[in-house]
Amino acid sequence: MEKLINEFSNHIHVSNLAEAAVLEVENLKTYFFVKQGVVKAVDDFSFSLKSGDKLAIVGESGCGKSMTALSVLRLVPNPPGRIVSGSIKLDGKDLLQMSESEMRNIRGNRISMIFQEPMTSLNPVLSIAQQIGEALILHQKLSDKDAFDRSVELLKLVKIPEPLRRAREYPHQLSGGMRQRVMTAMALACNPQVLLADEPTTALDVTIQAQILDLIMELQDRLGTAVVLITHDLGVVAETSERVIVMYGGKKVEEANVNDIFAMPLHPYTQGLLAAVPKLTTLSGKESYSKRLQEIPGIVPALVNLPDACTFAPRCAFATDICRHEYPPYTNISSSHKVACWHVAKVC
Amino acid sequence: MMSTVNGVGNPSSKDDSSPEKKVSEFNEELSLAGANVHTKVGMIFFLTKRYPLGFLGLFLVFVFIFVALFAPYLTTHDPLTTNPSISLAAPSMGHPMGADFMGRDLFSRVIFGARTSLAVAFGATILGVFFGVLIGLASGYLGGWVDLVLQRLIDILQSLPTLILAMAMAAALGPSLFNTIIAIAIPKFPSIARVIRSSTLSLREMPFIEAARAMGMSDLRIVFRHIFPNTLAPLIVLATAGLGSAILVEASLSFLGLGVPEPHPSWGRMLSESASEYVRTAPWLVLFPGAAITVAVFGANLLGDALRDIFDPRQRTAN
Amino acid sequence: MVSNEAPVLDVSNLKKHFSIGKGIFHKSNEKVYAVDGVSFSIPKGQTLGLVGESGCGKSTLARAVIRLVEPTSGEVRIMGRNILELSKSEMRDCRRQAQIIFQDPFSSLNPRMTAGDIVAEPLIVHNIGSRIQRLERVAELFDLVGLRAAQLSSLPHQFSGGQRQRIGIARALALGPQLIIGDEPVSALDVSIQAQVINLMMDLQEKKQLSYLFIAHDLAVVEHISHRVAVMYLGRIVEHSDKNSLFSRPQHPYTEALLSAVPVPNPKLKRHRRLVQGDVPSPINPPAGCHFHTRCPYLTEQCRVDVPPLIEVEQGHWVACHLRSPKLN
Repeated sequence: MEKLINEFSNHIHVSNLAEAAVLEVENLKTYFFVKQGVVKAVDDFSFSLKSGDKLAIVGESGCGKSMTALSVLRLVPNPPGRIVSGSIKLDGKDLLQMSESEMRNIRGNRISMIFQEPMTSLNPVLSIAQQIGEALILHQKLSDKDAFDRSVELLKLVKIPEPLRRAREYPHQLSGGMRQRVMTAMALACNPQVLLADEPTTALDVTIQAQILDLIMELQDRLGTAVVLITHDLGVVAETSERVIVMYGGKKVEEANVNDIFAMPLHPYTQGLLAAVPKLTTLSGKESYSKRLQEIPGIVPALVNLPDACTFAPRCAFATDICRHEYPPYTNISSSHKVACWHVAKVC
Repeated sequence: MMSTVNGVGNPSSKDDSSPEKKVSEFNEELSLAGANVHTKVGMIFFLTKRYPLGFLGLFLVFVFIFVALFAPYLTTHDPLTTNPSISLAAPSMGHPMGADFMGRDLFSRVIFGARTSLAVAFGATILGVFFGVLIGLASGYLGGWVDLVLQRLIDILQSLPTLILAMAMAAALGPSLFNTIIAIAIPKFPSIARVIRSSTLSLREMPFIEAARAMGMSDLRIVFRHIFPNTLAPLIVLATAGLGSAILVEASLSFLGLGVPEPHPSWGRMLSESASEYVRTAPWLVLFPGAAITVAVFGANLLGDALRDIFDPRQRTAN
Repeated sequence: MVSNEAPVLDVSNLKKHFSIGKGIFHKSNEKVYAVDGVSFSIPKGQTLGLVGESGCGKSTLARAVIRLVEPTSGEVRIMGRNILELSKSEMRDCRRQAQIIFQDPFSSLNPRMTAGDIVAEPLIVHNIGSRIQRLERVAELFDLVGLRAAQLSSLPHQFSGGQRQRIGIARALALGPQLIIGDEPVSALDVSIQAQVINLMMDLQEKKQLSYLFIAHDLAVVEHISHRVAVMYLGRIVEHSDKNSLFSRPQHPYTEALLSAVPVPNPKLKRHRRLVQGDVPSPINPPAGCHFHTRCPYLTEQCRVDVPPLIEVEQGHWVACHLRSPKLN
């Protein structure tokens, strides 16, 4: 009885406070166990997301950003991967404690995901309406007819011209940009609370990328979905997000508001990353630019058997002994700006 | 060919057809599964553990080759000498497999039969692979008319069942060891050519081939230095799997009297000589050559299956 | 910069049309106009950046320029020689002048050859030097592109993406070419690695006075590395100018749209974006008149009918747009 009341009050608590987190990931550890050792794909990763939030997770290939998204959906390939510890709370309920069937009810319904490859993420033998409708029939128990109508509506929502005709077509009849719109429609079909977008525009051309990003942002404002945008493109981050997490070697190295990340990057990796990107000088308003791009020396590390040290130390100009022996704690620069570096004082 | 798709800015989206990727993916997968891919010994050790049946196959094939090579040292009697006094003798200490109706020691004949089978199996496979590779490479790399003509030729050859084609060839060529090899090789090469052609087609479009052309390399060098080595994986699989069927076809041809002629001992002919008349009275005459065929084919097939699994993860059955 | 030397690469009215419809017996009349009358030239030691979206024909152009695909018509002069008239063996010799670097560092190296063999191969093919001399040359090239000599006998999969791209660059440099064509050479690389490769290419240009035809879809990268920039849309160059003029005063509506669509890593910059609608039309039977008219915000009647010629609107700044044509003004 007490438990019931507790849950009830919990519920009221959640609905009353718009500020409460929709998704709260705490100390998530997703490891891959291979014979050579342990690959810490996601290591002690935390973030929280309020309704309507725009969070970006940036990092280079192999930094664990996609694995974070898959972990949230509990889609980590097992074996060899496993979520070792941590919690992933959606509206206060831990997804990691749920049964597989409860989890199925979350995926595509309350948390949905957009993938990078619009070419291969759609089933070539099902019509567009069938694919969008699938989630609706599954989660919202709509009839085939209603699902079709709703699919057409969703196609209209993602601004596909002639939605009625397109709904009956097959993926190969659509261009890359249109397919990504369809993917977006599918992801939004059940009005999810959280949308995980894993490099949604990487495979698209710039002009199409701009269209899709605008679309996702506009729909998010309208529907109040919290979006986690996973990308390697700092430009995309700057234009679409409010908060940014920089990931390196499976760990969060810095978290801040988007303005702070670009104006006052504190982690040497963030600084290096920003300096390494060529900028359109005419557009970014900087007249003078150096002839050479700043390089980050070395290569992105393999994540097998990393020592318990700062993962960036081997490539870092500021690295000292302590960096090579202990992972730095998070320093709170301000309420929204955190960085994991032993030498914050020196770096800024 | 349309202009290439650009705009893929993420390194995680790589061409799936790349054999390079397959190799590294394969190594990666092995290492994920726990193999030490950096040393050959570690790899072999791992593969043995992972594919025990394949290892058994490898062992049987080795035994088969060993027996064939050292046949004279393993036998006590000459396989061709007749001795009417022991005609149809049952297995005994002196003649562990008994003797046939002409009084030849069956054990020696089975052992020497391995030589025939080995010669035919390897001869036909090598010949088949040689022509299959040449035709496949030419067809895939040159394309156009060459491809069209060669492919129709292969269609025709493939429309006949292997054994029927081999029989027709053997009958036309007349019985001899070499002719048997040719008769078995001819139905074999089309499937090899097909596989090589399709690998060649996809390899031909790879950037490293373009790079080779851009540096002014001749077509011949491109084909043999860059394309052929990258088709080896499927080729090895096909060739090994083909060993078993070659042994079987040879046995069948010999059984039908179209194969290796006297005096070479052949497992297939040993069967045919005895099957109808002596199967009731002297079953060992059928049993031992039959077992030899079964074991050799079984070993080659196990090895072939394991190699296929190793090189082509998609065909891997669930563990 | 005007020099009286002949340009390293001079392309005029180059066309490459692909017939589609497979088979020998039924050729269809449908054609892909992958490259449709393109002209440009690159002087010694300079870089021409070529930008455009997928399907615009820029990769085909890169290959047609060195006859990796046979052009349909036009003229390509490398160091003054029209290479389209060369025989196969003359062409082989001419290939020493022009080399190409590819986008995908994974599939552009033969997985079964060692890094050293890959770099040495052009020398073997052209019969240059003895074995020892070749080894020396390869070691020198390794050093030049920033690879360690200890890695000579490693196989491609033992390298990271950026290192493989360095091997590709070393292979391209082996024959001492004047011209390097980069077909999206940094697109597949991580940001921090991309900077290394771009810097390497720029250093090499300075050291060896190389000319680059640098193809990319990332405008920022192109701006960084190029001297001149050409924008391609559906097989044609729509704008061609020196870098500063193109990026600060884009004249073609498509260039404008491209620049406007590029996400800029500066959150404080609130731009007025001019997004174009719709997708790039198929290069099979592209739209008549100006190819861009289906997406152009400034569409006029004339755009649907007439192909706009490439006109010099400023010193060295060429645009193919009816709006910029002097007749209208």
